[in-house]
Amino acid sequence: MSDKDLQKTENTAATERIRNVKTFVPRVDIYETKDALFLIADMPGIDEQTVDVELEKNILTISGRVENGKVKDYRLVFSEYEVGDYERTFTLSDEIDRDKIKANVKHGVLRLELPKAEEVKPKKIKINAA
Amino acid sequence: MKGGWSMFGPNLWRMKRFADSVPELIDLQREINRLFSSVGQAAGADYPAINVWEKEDSLVVTTELPGMDPDDINISVTGSMLTISGKSKGDPLKAGETYLRQERELGNFQRNVQLPFQVDSPAVEAKYEKGVLNITLPRQKEDLPRKIQITA
Repeated sequence: MSDKDLQKTENTAATERIRNVKTFVPRVDIYETKDALFLIADMPGIDEQTVDVELEKNILTISGRVENGKVKDYRLVFSEYEVGDYERTFTLSDEIDRDKIKANVKHGVLRLELPKAEEVKPKKIKINAA
Repeated sequence: MKGGWSMFGPNLWRMKRFADSVPELIDLQREINRLFSSVGQAAGADYPAINVWEKEDSLVVTTELPGMDPDDINISVTGSMLTISGKSKGDPLKAGETYLRQERELGNFQRNVQLPFQVDSPAVEAKYEKGVLNITLPRQKEDLPRKIQITA
């Protein structure tokens, strides 16, 4: 675990909400395999009902709405983190096969599989002996 | 060899001055140790961040631990000390696969929280939902404030 900033980063560029809540930038891991890009975003407090993945032209937006993190009948006496919505935008290259994007949510983590388009997958070129 | 001794000999007087400064050196070393003792575990001590909620007879500690396997989260209570520890795992990458971005917290963590009262440990409940851990810690009955009757 690195010594980087442990606090959530507020997304000040995100469109303002009607509700008076903060919007945070979810932390993501992105890795690449032969066939696809995988994007994993930490968005604690969201589930499949409250998360949105949108692709418009080549702009991928992931957002999540989190109900206030209040505990019923209790009052907050000590706070190290804040609860709010999530939003983050990525520009995709043309290499992604948009129709085959898959998404799932588990334990507050959004996982996107962005398959590479057929034509950009590395191809083995056969060399014929002359 | 003889030359070596003669070089060392005249310098022995310095030892006295060195001995005089030993207490200061020990203090300095202690100070340096204190400064560096938390370097390796600074992040571990502060992660995960917690929120604490209160009611008359219990506390709730909430913390965001996205993407954990509930079996990998260990919660223990000893007296008035709550310990949350565990290990978050990333996707295993195969050879030739690379991270383009790596921002999520992965690895071992441990957090000790000193609570203001003795906890009724068998009654502690924990819930893990949507990546948020919610621990309810009831106060021990004997530890609850008692109303004292005043006799006239």
